Amino acid sequence: MAKARVIITLKKTIMDAQGQTVEKALHNLGYQGVQNLRMGKYMEMEVNGSPKERLAAQVDEMCRKLLANPIIEDFSVEIEG
Amino acid sequence: MALATKMKFGVVIFPGSNCDTDAWHALHDQMGAPVDYIWHQDTDLSGYDCVIVPGGFSYGDYLRTGAIARFSPVMNAVTEFAGKGGLVLGICNGFQILLEAGLLPGAMMRNVGQTFVCKYVNLRVESTQTPYTRAMRQGAVLRIPIAHGEGNYYADAEMVAELERNDQIVFRYCTAGGEITQAANPNGSRENIAGICSRERNVMGMMPHPERCTDPLLGSADGRLVWESLLGG
Repeated sequence: MAKARVIITLKKTIMDAQGQTVEKALHNLGYQGVQNLRMGKYMEMEVNGSPKERLAAQVDEMCRKLLANPIIEDFSVEIEG
Repeated sequence: MALATKMKFGVVIFPGSNCDTDAWHALHDQMGAPVDYIWHQDTDLSGYDCVIVPGGFSYGDYLRTGAIARFSPVMNAVTEFAGKGGLVLGICNGFQILLEAGLLPGAMMRNVGQTFVCKYVNLRVESTQTPYTRAMRQGAVLRIPIAHGEGNYYADAEMVAELERNDQIVFRYCTAGGEITQAANPNGSRENIAGICSRERNVMGMMPHPERCTDPLLGSADGRLVWESLLGG
């Protein structure tokens, strides 16, 4: 059993209203040095099978089909173990 | 308005749909049209002329709005139905589902402005060349309510140009006088887009709720124009 980690972020070209709001809240707390805060999603899952390359391709496919929306989001996949 | 046809409607119900009853009421009680509910596990859409994908929070809006509903059994049938020219109208969450399903181009994002917006808005009719708007006047301003946290429509510049080229933008948020301004945009939508149709024009998605304003008692009856367009024969 391998562990897969998926990180999904809004594409850089897309304005992140939620991220901007959180960034402003940090500024209000005194963290003036914060900029370009982007929100995203983190997922981890256990997947059966091998080798790692094949699992990575499978999780990549999951991202394109369901986990991410390729119109607005980018994703990265990491397989461990 | 006398019904010229006996168009049959189906209203899809997903776990978390909450505007299904309003759609049924508007069509059945207000318009006198035959309507059935369609459960999300059903796959037989034979006998329907128009399928309504209603508003709500299907599957709790988990992952992304509409992302899970899009893979429910009924949506395969809806995609097939639309492919054969069947009429499919997605309202609010229904619009989000149609985007996720790829039946309409673009994606929906969180509102700009940090709020869930629930209010009447003004909409300008941008195209009357659809089965849903043919009883309207080009450029008319309608008062129809919205209620959503993720109605910020996104399409890249190329996609927007294609929508414009093909006359697929059906409604835009506007002022009471019909002007398209940033102040009249309630959610940050690209080009003030509130509703679009497919290239073949049989699928339409809109964030505003015509089923909530079919009776003057509710503050506006402008939503009737959508149903009258469909039923007008």
